[in-house]
Amino acid sequence: MQKLGMGQAVNQALREEMHRDPNVFIAGEGVGVSIHLNPMFPTHGLLEEFGPGRVKDTPVSEAAIAGLAVGAAEAGLRPVVEIMFNPFFTLASDMIVNHAAKLRYLSGGKSTFPLVVRMKSGAGFGAGCQHSHNLEAWAAHCPGLKVVMPATAADAKGLLKSAIRDDNPVIFIEHMGLYFAPMPVPENDYLTPIGQAEVKRPGTDVTVVTWSGMLGVAMAAAEKLAQEGVSVEIVDLRTLVPLDKETILTSVAKTGRLVVLHEATRTGGFGGEIAAVVMEEGFNLLKAPLRRVTGPDIPVPASPPLERFYIPDDEQLITAIKEIL
Amino acid sequence: MKISAEKQKEMLWTMLLSRRFEDELTELCKIEGKIPGMMILSTGQEAVGSGACAALEPEDVIITNHRSHNHLLAKGADPNTLMAEIYCKRTGCNKGKSGTLHLAVPEVNAPCTSTVVGAGPPIAVGRAFAQQYKGEQRVTVCFFGDGAAAEGSVHEAMNLAALWRLPVIFICENNVYAGAQRYEEHAPNPSMADRASAYAMPGEAVDGNDALAVYQAVREARERALAGEGPSLIECRTYRCRGHGEADPQHYQPKEEIRAWKEKCPIPRLRDDLLAQGLITAADVQAMDDRAEALVKEAVRFAEDSPYPSPEEALEDVFA
Repeated sequence: MQKLGMGQAVNQALREEMHRDPNVFIAGEGVGVSIHLNPMFPTHGLLEEFGPGRVKDTPVSEAAIAGLAVGAAEAGLRPVVEIMFNPFFTLASDMIVNHAAKLRYLSGGKSTFPLVVRMKSGAGFGAGCQHSHNLEAWAAHCPGLKVVMPATAADAKGLLKSAIRDDNPVIFIEHMGLYFAPMPVPENDYLTPIGQAEVKRPGTDVTVVTWSGMLGVAMAAAEKLAQEGVSVEIVDLRTLVPLDKETILTSVAKTGRLVVLHEATRTGGFGGEIAAVVMEEGFNLLKAPLRRVTGPDIPVPASPPLERFYIPDDEQLITAIKEIL
Repeated sequence: MKISAEKQKEMLWTMLLSRRFEDELTELCKIEGKIPGMMILSTGQEAVGSGACAALEPEDVIITNHRSHNHLLAKGADPNTLMAEIYCKRTGCNKGKSGTLHLAVPEVNAPCTSTVVGAGPPIAVGRAFAQQYKGEQRVTVCFFGDGAAAEGSVHEAMNLAALWRLPVIFICENNVYAGAQRYEEHAPNPSMADRASAYAMPGEAVDGNDALAVYQAVREARERALAGEGPSLIECRTYRCRGHGEADPQHYQPKEEIRAWKEKCPIPRLRDDLLAQGLITAADVQAMDDRAEALVKEAVRFAEDSPYPSPEEALEDVFA
C-alpha cells in the first residue's frame, strides 16, 4: 500500500474528485501558486494539472473566498475552498455561519449548498495563537454544518471524497502535524462515510474518545498502559457532526470508563458535548466519573516549552485514566 | 438606447404592484399580532428594483437584502407565496422558515435575501463565478444599500469580481440613511459610484427614482458583463421614505425632507412619462392599479387562510 502524509492524501482526493466531476473546483490563497513548493502540501501540483480555470488563486480575502463557495454551490458547482488556518475561520465566519449553514433552512429546503471548507489547524509549529487555534467546537455549534476532522491519511482521503460528494456544507479540518508522517493509504477510489466513528484500537478497561492530531497521543498512552496490563479502547470520532453516539456508547458499555481527549481548549470544547451525551444516554454504563484531557484555557503560545505545555500529552492521558481505573 | 413600450409598461406595473403590496404591509403592521417579526419596506425606492429587473432576463440572478419585496416582485416572484411567507405560514415560499427578512425564491433566480448587511456581494460573486465557470451568458445583480458599503465584505467582493472579470452588477441603492445615520455621517466620499475606480471597473451614479435611467444603466452593464468585460457598480440615488423598519418613528429624518422626496415619487414620474409618450392611457393606468390591488388582496386572503406550519416542521430542511 502507498504511504502518504495527510496533505498528500488530501491532494489525491482532490485530484480524483476533480477528474471525476467537472463541477468540482478549488479556490483559496495560494492553492495554485504556493509560496510552499512542497509536495507534502494538499494542493501541490493541481494548478499544473487542472489549470487556472479550476484551481483559483484568490486575493487575501477570506469573506470573499467563503462567499464564492456559497454562491457557486447554490448554482450547482461543488466548491472546495481553503481557509489557510483554522483561526482565519473568524474572517470567513459570516459566510459560513450565517449563510452556508443557514440558507438551505431559510429557503425551506429549496436550495442546497454542496461546499467544502478546508482548514489547516493544530499546535506544534511555533506559529503562535493566530495560526494555531482549534475552533471545531465553534463550527459544531452551528446547525447546518458538518464537521470532519480526520486523524489518519487514509481517513482524510476517504472523508474528503465523501465531503465533496455531500450535498451539505462540510467543514474539513486537517491537522498540520499529520502532513509529514507517511501513513498507509489505499490506492483505490473509496469513500469513508461521514458520521461514523471508528474503534482504532480495541480494549476492555477504559474508552478514550479522541480525534484529529490527538489520536497519536492516545495510541502512545495505550501502548504504555498495555505494558502495565491496562487495556485501552480508542474511538476516533473522525466526524464531530453528525456525531456517532452509537459507537461511543457501545464502547463505554464495554469498558465502563471514559476519557475524552482533544487538543482544543477545555471550556466549551467539544469534549464537553461528548461528556454530556454519555451522562444523558449512558450514565448507568459508567463505573467511574468520566474525565476530559484537553488543552488549557489559554491561547496557543509560541515558545517551544510553552507550546509543549499547551499540547496534551500521553502522560496527562495516562494520569487521567489511572484516576478512574 | 430605445426602451420598448412593453418594457416601460412592465416597469410601471411592477412598481405599482410593489407599492400596493408594501402599502398593505404598512397597514397590516398596525394590527397587533398580525405579522411576526420586523417589517422593512422599500416604499419610494421601487424604481431601482423594477428598473433593474426589467433589464434582466429570467435566467439572470439577483441577490437581495432586507429591503427585498420590490426586487422579488419585479423579478417575478408569486405574490401569494411571498405574502404567505411574510405571514410565516406553511404555504409561504420558504415554508415559514424565513419570514419577511430572508425570502428566498430560487424559482425566479432570486436565491438569497441576506439581512446581514454587506453579505450579499460575496455571495453574488460566487453565483457570478458559477455563471462564468459554466459558460452561461447570464449575469448576477446584487442589491445593497449605502450602509452596507461600509462593510469590508463589499470591498472583498468587488475586488475579486473585478480581478476575475465576473459577470456581476453591483447596485448600490443609496437611500441616504443607514439605520439612523445620514449618508455623510457614515461615508466620506459623496459619490459611492467613485469607489468603482479603485477596482478599475465602470462606476455610474444614476437618478434612482428614474426607472428608465436605472434600466438603461443596468442594460449597459449587462452587455459589458456578457462581453466578458466584468463587473460594474451602479449607484442609484434614491430615498428611504419609511423608517429602517415599520417600528422606526423616523425622528431623525426631517419632515420636509421626506415630503420633498415624496414629491419625487418614482411611480407618478414614470406614469406621466408613459402618458406623455402616448404609450398608455389614464384608463390603462387605472386598470393596472386595480389589478395590483386585486392581486394584493388575493395574496392577503391566501396568507390568512393558510395554516401555520406544525411545530415539528421546525426540524426539517436543516440538511439535504
